[in-house]
Amino acid sequence: MYPPVDHLIHLLDEPLAHDLPREEVRALLSRGVACAAPIRGTVYGTLLNDANALAALGGDAYAAPYKAPPRAPILYIKPRNTLVGHGARVVVPEDAKGIEVGASLGIVIGRTASRVSAQTAFEYVGGYTIVADLSIPHQSIYRPSVRMRARDGFCVIGPTVVARRHVADPDALDIVVESEGGATFRASTATSIRHVAQLICDVTEFMTLSAGDVLTLGVPHGVPVIGAGKTASIAIGEWPPLRFSTIAEGGEP
Amino acid sequence: MRRGRVAYAGAIHEAYPHERGVRLADGRICREDEVVWLSPIEPGTLFALGLNYAEHAKELQFSKQDEPLVFLKGPGSVIGHRGMTRRPSDVTFMHYECELAVVIGRTAKAVKRDEAMQYVAGYMIANDYAIRDYLENYYRPNLRVKNRDGGTVLGPWFVDADDIADVTQLELRTYVNGVLHQCGNTRDLVSDIPSLIEYLSGFMTLAPGDLILTGTPEGVVNVNVGDEVVCEIDGLGRLVNTIASDAHFNRA
Repeated sequence: MYPPVDHLIHLLDEPLAHDLPREEVRALLSRGVACAAPIRGTVYGTLLNDANALAALGGDAYAAPYKAPPRAPILYIKPRNTLVGHGARVVVPEDAKGIEVGASLGIVIGRTASRVSAQTAFEYVGGYTIVADLSIPHQSIYRPSVRMRARDGFCVIGPTVVARRHVADPDALDIVVESEGGATFRASTATSIRHVAQLICDVTEFMTLSAGDVLTLGVPHGVPVIGAGKTASIAIGEWPPLRFSTIAEGGEP
Repeated sequence: MRRGRVAYAGAIHEAYPHERGVRLADGRICREDEVVWLSPIEPGTLFALGLNYAEHAKELQFSKQDEPLVFLKGPGSVIGHRGMTRRPSDVTFMHYECELAVVIGRTAKAVKRDEAMQYVAGYMIANDYAIRDYLENYYRPNLRVKNRDGGTVLGPWFVDADDIADVTQLELRTYVNGVLHQCGNTRDLVSDIPSLIEYLSGFMTLAPGDLILTGTPEGVVNVNVGDEVVCEIDGLGRLVNTIASDAHFNRA
């Protein structure tokens, strides 16, 4: 009901979020503040929306168990125990080699969106955010992978929600992932199969999205996997980047 | 104790069973059909189980899986007792699923099955609709099948765990237009409630208000516009839902 005007940021240990100009957000973040996730709704992830990811599946998309490429958007939910903010420390489970850093554009819904046409879809967008949609790498995407995607802290969001008016074209944004000791990963929202407006249209055909919900545009193909004891940052366009670190299970918090 | 949540005369009220319908927390007594029934709770994380009754899994031609088939649903799919669920005109197989819904009452992390029942606050009836025409083999059952508006019917009551003597011996029944089509018993759950709490809390933290829909027994049939679908579970009541048309939702 009240989409952000500027940059919404929620500092950890503060009761409420602030809506601030970019310079003030930059100043805060340069002091190393930690944040809570700047959203309160439900986070829906989108699977296989990057053309490169579908291409990598290749002929397997026609073979068992998949039998055909996706028709409608394939979604999954990042439940509330996964939601953390900028600066979070995420536990890498003992039995996992690492965590896949699913850097994704988060579309933050600004008002109730039901049966929205692609032509009007942007009117329903409150802003955009950066989502580190974390998962334990898994080969099969036949069954919902709650155990791989819904661990505590596995959805780092923020640091800000950037108001829609600041984002000229969400379908032409560079995504850059830097992780300690790893090569820089680059992708773009431009390679999405469904672009922002079409995704909103196709999803709200069967389910209503509410203000504050987040729909991700989807994880680009080939995002890095990082082990415990690392720091990663995700940048989208010129927005304040999202940072988090990983720790080993049972390690110092 | 049984508690419901209803809208009446401009506000949302907690409501309790009464011989003439429901009694609101402020003492007013209303007929069952003059209040709007909401889900008894606003659920936190909503888990649902697939293929968790052996006979139903057989009905859908699945063999036993190595871990519980769990998927998540969003809060937007939830409606209450006496609500309406849309059946798109282009589908051939839409079915109800009567399920025991378990409400978590305490934060639960790495809970062992022997202790798991201490984390249960209570129970509800759930009708977890599916439209099989929309099944795709990616993160199956995909959200277009399982997370549609109005596709998760909850209620009418939240029933305290202490009021259910033996949750492993509850009969579930679904009637379509008064005819019994589905009948099962929670004794036939493949993964029982303690196992599910142990499994889920083993890799994530559960919180009060989280809800586990424990799966449905055999006996699902297609429903059509105008059908009245009633799900019953011993000790939990009777959850009514009506199938509505595209036209009713102002769709062509």
